[in-house]
Amino acid sequence: MATVRLTTPLTEEAVRALKAGDDVLISGTMYTGRDAVHKYLAGGGAVPDGVDLNGAVIYHCGPVVIERGEGDDRSFTVKAAGPTTSIREEPYQAGLIGKYGLRGVIGKGGMGAKTLEACREHGAVYLHAIGGAAQVYAECIERVDDVYLEEFGSPEAIWVLHVRDFPAIVTMDSHGSSLHADVAAASLSALKGAF
Amino acid sequence: MASAPLFDNILELIRVTSTDLPPDVRKALLDGTAKERFGSRALLALDTIDTNIKMAADGSAPICQDTGMIKFFVHHPVGYDTLTFRKVAENAVAEATSKGYLRQNSVEALSGKNSGNNIGPGTPLFHFEAWEHPTVDVRCMLKGGGCENVGAQYSLPMEFPELGVKAGRDIAGCRTAVLHAVWKAQGQGCAPGFVGVCIGGDRASGLDAAKEQLLRVVGDTNSREDLSGFEQDIVDTANGLGIGPMGFGGETTLLGCKVTERNRLPASFFVSVSYACWAHRRRGVVLDGATDNIVRWLYTDAEEVLPGGHPS
Repeated sequence: MATVRLTTPLTEEAVRALKAGDDVLISGTMYTGRDAVHKYLAGGGAVPDGVDLNGAVIYHCGPVVIERGEGDDRSFTVKAAGPTTSIREEPYQAGLIGKYGLRGVIGKGGMGAKTLEACREHGAVYLHAIGGAAQVYAECIERVDDVYLEEFGSPEAIWVLHVRDFPAIVTMDSHGSSLHADVAAASLSALKGAF
Repeated sequence: MASAPLFDNILELIRVTSTDLPPDVRKALLDGTAKERFGSRALLALDTIDTNIKMAADGSAPICQDTGMIKFFVHHPVGYDTLTFRKVAENAVAEATSKGYLRQNSVEALSGKNSGNNIGPGTPLFHFEAWEHPTVDVRCMLKGGGCENVGAQYSLPMEFPELGVKAGRDIAGCRTAVLHAVWKAQGQGCAPGFVGVCIGGDRASGLDAAKEQLLRVVGDTNSREDLSGFEQDIVDTANGLGIGPMGFGGETTLLGCKVTERNRLPASFFVSVSYACWAHRRRGVVLDGATDNIVRWLYTDAEEVLPGGHPS
């Protein structure tokens, strides 16, 4: 399995070339967004100026961030930044992929049929990071460029992260293939055999 | 200030819990790693986890960004001042948050407003219980939302149409329920994980007791032979499901199962399952009941036998 290097924003061509099972390394800008952001955007909330979701990669992550200074002198250090469970965004994700042209969703645990279909229709992929590995991913973050929607609280804000060689695995591709659906089905058969 | 050593000791307990995974959990992960195939995604996941554990401990930074629901389990001598303990522990939690050992993780349920320091109605959690010893046994558990969300409670008898089986009010029914919870979780609770199980109790006490089982050392043996066999069977069967680390497929799905039984009402039969992710963070200290100085640390050895007070 070759490792594919990706730079954000992603093109449809680059995303369509990916297959479930591929390893990728992502560099460039990445936006965090989790429960509050997904609900807000799906409910018609405005995308903040300075956030461009077209071709973007959204990271289901609520980082631990230490803040220093005030006003223009504010600076941020990311202390931990692993993925959160993505399935909670299943009601919203497909709509946001279609509406804003998201090309990559990073999280853990995989997502469902609606998101898989949106990935197929619009050309997007689900990228799996290793849950709990907060230090490995924090190390890939070169800097914090900005933060939006802070009123949602630190873990729920949109953090604009500049990353280098952020590793992930394509587990849902734009051709209808989902490793999560495969494992769920195989493990169900195995479980039936245990009774 | 009489409480100064207590503040420092609880702050250090929180720091160690968040950043340094206990030896028994590390050993369980290494045992799992040895079973995965070379070049598999399961092995890649476990290797990444191993790297992360070392980075967190070396850098004194959170193993996982979700530093979870903070719970203190405290066993104390009769007459020990638990009101002061609670206040000091809350101050230590706020300090640990400002230092980045803990994420700002306490939000109002409806508005979502973040308290910013992990203090609020219901957070952190405390369980105080008096015991006959002169020492104070303090255990800190940090349990993230991902694994908390895949916990489950079953009211038997129950039908499982997707499995084509009925779970009755017996040990076989309990087995069905626990395995269903592990299967349902897939990788979403950050497998490979641990399950604490309580058979019986009421809804509230059952889930509490299930979570308390997660304090047991991974390698210990249930003193009840029937439950010990049940625990081993759940682990073996779960690892045969092929869910694997992160739900990527593989041999390592469940690292431990700990079960307890509680009396129930004749009308109720609950099986409560508390799921802990691989980043199973719980640490403990024994404090001198008079001075609050640390007598010793708990969870320092994978083969440790922990003192009583936590029923197995």
